[in-house]
Amino acid sequence: MLLSIRSLTKAFPGTRALDDVDFDVAAGEVHALLGENGAGKSTLIKCLTGAYQRDAGTIALDGARIDPRSTSQAQELGIGTVYQEVNLLPNLTVAQNLMFGREPRRFGLVDSRRTRVVAQAMLQQYGLDINVDRDLGTYSVAIQQIVAIARAVSLSGKVLILDEPTASLDRREVEMVFDVVRDLRDRGLGIVFVSHFLDQVFELTDRVTILRNGRKIVTETTSNLNRMSLIEHMLGRALEDAVSETHDHGKAAAPRMLQFDGIGRAGVIDPFDMTVGQGEVVGLAGLLGSGRTETAEMLFGLRQSQGGQARDVDGPLDLRNPRAAIGAGFGFAPEDRKTDGIVADLSVRQNIILGLQARRGWARPVPRAEQNRLADDYIRKLDIRTSDREKPIGELSGGNQQKAVLARWLAMNPRFLILDEPTRGIDVGAHAEILRLIEDLTAQGMSVLVISSEIDELVAVADRVIVLRDRRHVAELTGAEVTGDRIMRAIADEAAA
Amino acid sequence: MTLLTRIAPQLIALAALIALVSVFFPGFLAVEFSGGRLVGPVIDVLKRSAPVALLSVGMTLVIATRGIDLSVGAIMAICGASAALAISSGLGLAPALLIALAAGALAGLWNGVLVAVVGIQPFVATLILMTMGRGVAQLITEGRILTFTDAGFGWLGSGVLLGMPVPTWIWVVTAAAVALVVRRTALGLLIEAVGVNRRASALAGVNATVLLIAVYVASGLCAALAGIVETADIRGADANNAGLWLELDAILAVVIGGNSLLGGRFSIIASILGALIIQTIGTGILLAGFPSEYNLVIKAGLVLIILILQSPRIAAEWSLWRDSHRVEPRQRSRI
Ligand SMILES: Nc1ncnc2c1ncn2[C@@H]1O[C@H](COP(=O)(O)OP(=O)(O)OP(=O)(O)O)[C@@H](O)[C@H]1O
Ligand SMILES: [Mg+2]
Repeated sequence: MLLSIRSLTKAFPGTRALDDVDFDVAAGEVHALLGENGAGKSTLIKCLTGAYQRDAGTIALDGARIDPRSTSQAQELGIGTVYQEVNLLPNLTVAQNLMFGREPRRFGLVDSRRTRVVAQAMLQQYGLDINVDRDLGTYSVAIQQIVAIARAVSLSGKVLILDEPTASLDRREVEMVFDVVRDLRDRGLGIVFVSHFLDQVFELTDRVTILRNGRKIVTETTSNLNRMSLIEHMLGRALEDAVSETHDHGKAAAPRMLQFDGIGRAGVIDPFDMTVGQGEVVGLAGLLGSGRTETAEMLFGLRQSQGGQARDVDGPLDLRNPRAAIGAGFGFAPEDRKTDGIVADLSVRQNIILGLQARRGWARPVPRAEQNRLADDYIRKLDIRTSDREKPIGELSGGNQQKAVLARWLAMNPRFLILDEPTRGIDVGAHAEILRLIEDLTAQGMSVLVISSEIDELVAVADRVIVLRDRRHVAELTGAEVTGDRIMRAIADEAAA
Repeated sequence: MTLLTRIAPQLIALAALIALVSVFFPGFLAVEFSGGRLVGPVIDVLKRSAPVALLSVGMTLVIATRGIDLSVGAIMAICGASAALAISSGLGLAPALLIALAAGALAGLWNGVLVAVVGIQPFVATLILMTMGRGVAQLITEGRILTFTDAGFGWLGSGVLLGMPVPTWIWVVTAAAVALVVRRTALGLLIEAVGVNRRASALAGVNATVLLIAVYVASGLCAALAGIVETADIRGADANNAGLWLELDAILAVVIGGNSLLGGRFSIIASILGALIIQTIGTGILLAGFPSEYNLVIKAGLVLIILILQSPRIAAEWSLWRDSHRVEPRQRSRI
């Protein structure tokens, strides 16, 4: 075995994140590490890379015991990691990012010409021919992700760990990253792949290990499992069908509630018209960079529209800034929970009531009993895994942070809720729960705008889907037109709709 | 976390310091009642800590928003000078105080707008007023030391109320009032949220801009109070020396109080303890009879020790050490 972990145990106050876990990775395999939100996947990885110190257990690499005390030490030993949030520096060039900390030197100074040449050669191994002098931030997330992989592999080169690397990629980009991963596997690396996308697990991986509540449930060859058994191992129960198969796509009779005319801004998104009915779910589909998030930000007052008008049945609405939009009964759960969602040092309770409190104003604090009730309510309803409501939200697992941010908006009971990638990083069980929740909310009259890269998800919940391409609203599918196939074709511009 | 566990490190540091000073100067804790007032070294500490304690209240709020206010020393000079000018030109006590407070609020507003609206880094934004403010104070005093004889104003600096020095009352009441307002309303939560993640807070509907301006105004008002106390104490406004370097002591008090310069959770009481620690060191060194040229070095050394003992690194090492000396049967059997 290339990497072999025995009896790994790690506890945090109030949680046993890992309990006596064994885990092996062979050279030349892609090994999926699966489990619900909070199962302990990221904790296992952090113990492995020295980011956390384990309480007990052994780690052996190539048969020799190792004990990394920091991520850089782990890298020197041969274990490289790429996290979901690209952990590179967007303001440096691609070459600088690749060679950071080990630039070729000449007369003691950084030799930028050689840096460039070496970086270029490194990326060519991955079939990537890009201008390495441009800032990393100007490239798509997929390319950034591949640069991160290239850096990790060149630094380490035995074990490569990918923690939800595809969460923010679209289909095409996922393919790009997968090709790179397969190539590395064939070169003999051991690869650990963490993901909540089960299709990708079947597509890419050779074996899977499943964790539940910090314990190892099973390690199995991927092809011996099917989707159903995988989910049962993860959840410890079967998954009821997420959303009624007979979702009727089209509360055509939904009374019109909001109308947006000519909202847009040069260079951001072409002016568009849009209506939203009461209790309706509108989906936004499109590739990354097609203007989906920009559309949402326009509607929530995060970006100013040049001209245009938003109105409800009572007249024009003021969407000057997020506060005004909230005043109009809007809510917006953003895509990037880490920078735009959570307030890391504050507790789960404080994060959940933050929006409510902001709306009430500073002088009228939400009574503590009410805060506790709300927090406990949503922790239960959304199954947020936390030892208690006073835990700093930053210490929750990624998926559970996402749920808590959602809870913040639900607690405010908006009439129009914009959800940008609401299920990103959320496990299959909770994924189904959230889709069901959206159905419930709309049944009570809330209108929802869902942005999603997962077409199945849109088909499952949306009454109407607006398709975007190149920063323009290009098609609108209603009722029976809302099928995966139609959406895909509209995105790809095959004379759709 | 309960209040007591939060401020335990500061309480322990203060107690240890008092014990240390008492070794060199056995009468340190002695307090007697004479002529209608309490007297003793401790009372002196409680009086002299007034300026830094007042500054640290506002500074705590600013730092909680991930900011810093370097201008408070200069604001003290401006406010002291305005009050002195008003008094000596015969305006009466109440108008003089109002003018000083208004000057402090205005200075804070200036800082707040630069930080929250213009978007200048707090360090740089307040550096501007730090440099400029003393010049403004000199313009007000016309380069002289403005002295006055108003007894009412003097009382604010050296008077006694219910046995205690008036400056002590001023900082105690200010700190208690601000701590109470901040915790009884949602201000504390909103300030912390903006400090940890301004963007996420704004998206959740928190009015981050107004909140940021408000904390700088609060800091300016605290500096005005500190300026009034100091000016009243020496019965004169010295634009060159009033509040000189006190911004650094105030920041130090906040840091000794265990508040992170990266913003977020804060404790005003802990900062006040920090201010008391700083003043105890200062007074203690004098009483212990060290030659005055040693003062700064000893002070820096003690502060360094306190900060090292409080650092997360040391805390982690300590818990590691403690755990490794605790026998846990389950883990033992496996090794
Ligand atoms: N630094 C920490 N402090 C306290 N508790 C933590 C810390 N990190 C993780 N935990 C807890 O350990 C448990 C496992 O978390 P982990 O991040 O490993 O989950 P995960 O499997 O990666 O979940 P997700 O799919 O949501 O990313 C959770 O209950 C989490 O709250
Ligand atoms: Mg995780």
